[in-house]
Amino acid sequence: MNLAVRDIRQNFGRFALTTVGVGLLLMIVMGMGGIYRGLIADATLLVEAVGADLWLVQGATRGPFAEISRVPATLEDRARSVPGVAAARRFVSHTVQRAFRGRPLRMVVQGLAWPEDAGDWIPLAAGRALRHAHYEMVADRSLGLPLGTEVPLGKDLYRVVGLTQGMVGSGGDGMAFFTVSDAQAIQFDVPGEATRLERASRRARVGGRDLGRLNPLLLERSAGATAEIPALGPPQVSAVMVSLQPGLAAGSVMDTFAAWTDVTVYTRRQQIDLLLSGMVDKARRQLGLFRALLVIISTIIMALIIYTLTLDKIHDIALLKLIGARNRVIIGLILQQALLIGALGYGLAYWLGTFAFPRFPRRVVIEPPDLLLLAGVVAAISVVASLIGIAKALSVEPNKVLS
Amino acid sequence: MSARDTEPLAIEALNLTKIYGSGNTEVVALNDVTVRVARGEVVALLGPSGAGKSTLLTAVGLINPPTRGRIWIGGELVLEADRARVDLRVFRRRHLGFVFQKANLIPFLSAEENVRIAMEINDVPAREARRRARELLDYLGVGARATNLPAMLSGGQQQRVAVARALANRPSLVLADEPTAALDSQRGRQVMELFRQVAHEQGAGVLVVTHDHRSLDVFDRTLEMEDGVLREGQAAS
Ligand SMILES: Nc1ncnc2c1ncn2[C@@H]1O[C@H](COP(=O)(O)OP(=O)(O)OP(=O)(O)O)[C@@H](O)[C@H]1O
Ligand SMILES: [Mg+2]
Repeated sequence: MNLAVRDIRQNFGRFALTTVGVGLLLMIVMGMGGIYRGLIADATLLVEAVGADLWLVQGATRGPFAEISRVPATLEDRARSVPGVAAARRFVSHTVQRAFRGRPLRMVVQGLAWPEDAGDWIPLAAGRALRHAHYEMVADRSLGLPLGTEVPLGKDLYRVVGLTQGMVGSGGDGMAFFTVSDAQAIQFDVPGEATRLERASRRARVGGRDLGRLNPLLLERSAGATAEIPALGPPQVSAVMVSLQPGLAAGSVMDTFAAWTDVTVYTRRQQIDLLLSGMVDKARRQLGLFRALLVIISTIIMALIIYTLTLDKIHDIALLKLIGARNRVIIGLILQQALLIGALGYGLAYWLGTFAFPRFPRRVVIEPPDLLLLAGVVAAISVVASLIGIAKALSVEPNKVLS
Repeated sequence: MSARDTEPLAIEALNLTKIYGSGNTEVVALNDVTVRVARGEVVALLGPSGAGKSTLLTAVGLINPPTRGRIWIGGELVLEADRARVDLRVFRRRHLGFVFQKANLIPFLSAEENVRIAMEINDVPAREARRRARELLDYLGVGARATNLPAMLSGGQQQRVAVARALANRPSLVLADEPTAALDSQRGRQVMELFRQVAHEQGAGVLVVTHDHRSLDVFDRTLEMEDGVLREGQAAS
C-alpha cells in the first residue's frame, strides 16, 4: 500500500501548488541552461556556417567577432597567391541600428564577397540567394521583414529576396546578407554635408603638402568620391576568410600566414574558442550562478514543504511507529513525496518549456545531456529536501500518539 | 488450578516504577506496580485522573519504558527497566494491539486500509491482509464503510475500525486506553463486549483503562490505581 500517494490525495491542493512552484523554478533553471547553449549556438553559428578554414585578421587582434578588425581588401589577393589556398573571400560584418517604419531595426550587416559568393551556403527558409550586385538582401526572419520588403539603408533601398531562419549574430540580433559593396555602402554611409566637409578638409590637407602642390590632379581627386581614390583610402574589410584545397593539412599554409606580420591567422576552431572564451564566458558564469541559486531556492522550498507536510502527519507517523512500522516505511513515505514533487515539477518544467522557450527573445537550446543532468540534480535535491522531514519523523516517539 | 498457570501470561510486569522529570518536578507515576493479565482474560483498569493508568498501559505497551521493573509478554522478557531485550517495534507489530481514546486512525487511509496497514507492516501478504481486513470490519459491523475515510465515520465506527486494526495481527495482548470515552454508553458497551469476545474467543489478554463504571460487568477482573499504586479491585462478576 503506497502511503505517500494516499496522503497526497488528501493534501492535493498544497501538493499541487508546491509542484507547480517547483516546476516553474525548474523551468527557469532549464531555460537558463538552454539560453547558455543558445548563446554558444548563436555565437558560433556564422563561423560554422561560412565554413572558412582560416581567418586572416588585423595583426595582434582577436577579430573580427570578439573585437574590431580592419584589413585591406587586397589581402584577399595576397592570400589567394599562397599555395594550398583554394579560395579567399573578404568578410565584412557590422551591426547597425536604424529605424524602419517607426521601429528600431537592429541587424548584423553581413557582406558577401560578390560575385564569387552569392550566399548559396546560407540556409534559406524562403526566397532565393542574391542575384544582383546591388540592392538585394537576404534577411533573417527575426528581423520581421517579409519577402519583398524594401528597406531604406543609407541612401538606397534594399529589397528582401530571401529569408533565413535563426541566423543571428553573437548578440542575438538577426543577420542580413548583402553584397560586400552594399554592406560597405551601408556602413560608411554619411550625410551629404559630412561628405562635403570631409572632402573640403581632405583637399585642405592635401593642398598643404608638397605632394598636393606638385600634383594638381591629386588635389582634384582628393575632392572627389572616396571610392575613386583607393590609394588614399583603401576599402577596409573586417577579415579575409581562406578556404584550403581539399585534403590539405593547414600546417604549411598557416606557417606562411603566420610569417606575415601585418595580420594574424586563426583556424576555425581557434576563432570559435575566441568567441566562446571572450564573449560567452561571462554570460555563462552569470547564468551558472543564477542556476545554482535557483537550484538552492528550489531545494529550500521543497524542504520547507516536505517538512510541513511531515509535521502535519507527525501524529500519524507516531501511530505507524506505535503499531510497529519499520523506519523504511516512514522514510519511504516522505522520500517518495519529495521525489514525486521533484519528478512532477521536472515534467511540468519540460512541458511548460516547450511553450515558453520558443517565445524567448533569444535562442534556447535544450539538449538531452543537459536534460539528463538536470534530472539528476532534481533527484538529488528531492533527496536533500526530504532529509529534515525524515530526521523529524525518525525522532518522533511513538507515545506522541497519546498527546 | 486452571490451565492458565501453565500457559505463559499475556503480561507479567514486575515492580514497575516510572518517574517523570527529576528534582523538584519529579513525579512518581508508577510506584512499584506489579500486574499480571492471563491469556483470554479481560481486565479493567480504573482510577482517578493522574493515577498513572496511561503510564502503566504505555509501559506494558512498550512505548514508554519504565524507570525500574521488568516486563514479560507471552512469557518472553522484553523490557528490563528501560533496556529492551527484544526489538520493541518488531515485538509491538507482532504481539500487541492498541486502541486509544481518539485519533487512532490514519486520516488519509480508508477504514479498510487502516486495518490492512497493520498487517502489511507485519509482512502479511497483501491479498491475505485485504481478506482479513474485510472480515474483521464485517465482524465489527463496519464492513459497509470499508472504503470510507475516517473523517466520514462516526466516533463509534472509528473506534470499531481501530479495534479491528488492533486485532488484525491476532495479538497476544490488546491494550486500550479509554476506548469508549468518545462514545455513548450503548456504543461504549458494545466495544467493551467486543473486547471480552476477543479475549475469550482468541485467547488474547486484554487490558482496558476505563472510567465507565456501567460496563464493568463485562470484565473478568478490575484493577484500581491511585497515586501510582495498583491494587486489586473486586471481581466484577
Ligand atoms: N510525559 C510526562 N511528563 C511528566 N509527567 C507526566 C507525563 N505523563 C504523565 N505524567 C504525570 O504522571 C502522572 C500519571 O499520569 P497518567 O497520564 O498516567 O495518568 P492517568 O491515570 O492516565 O490519568 P487520566 O485518567 O487523566 O488519563 C500524572 O501526575 C501526570 O501528570
Ligand atoms: Mg490517561
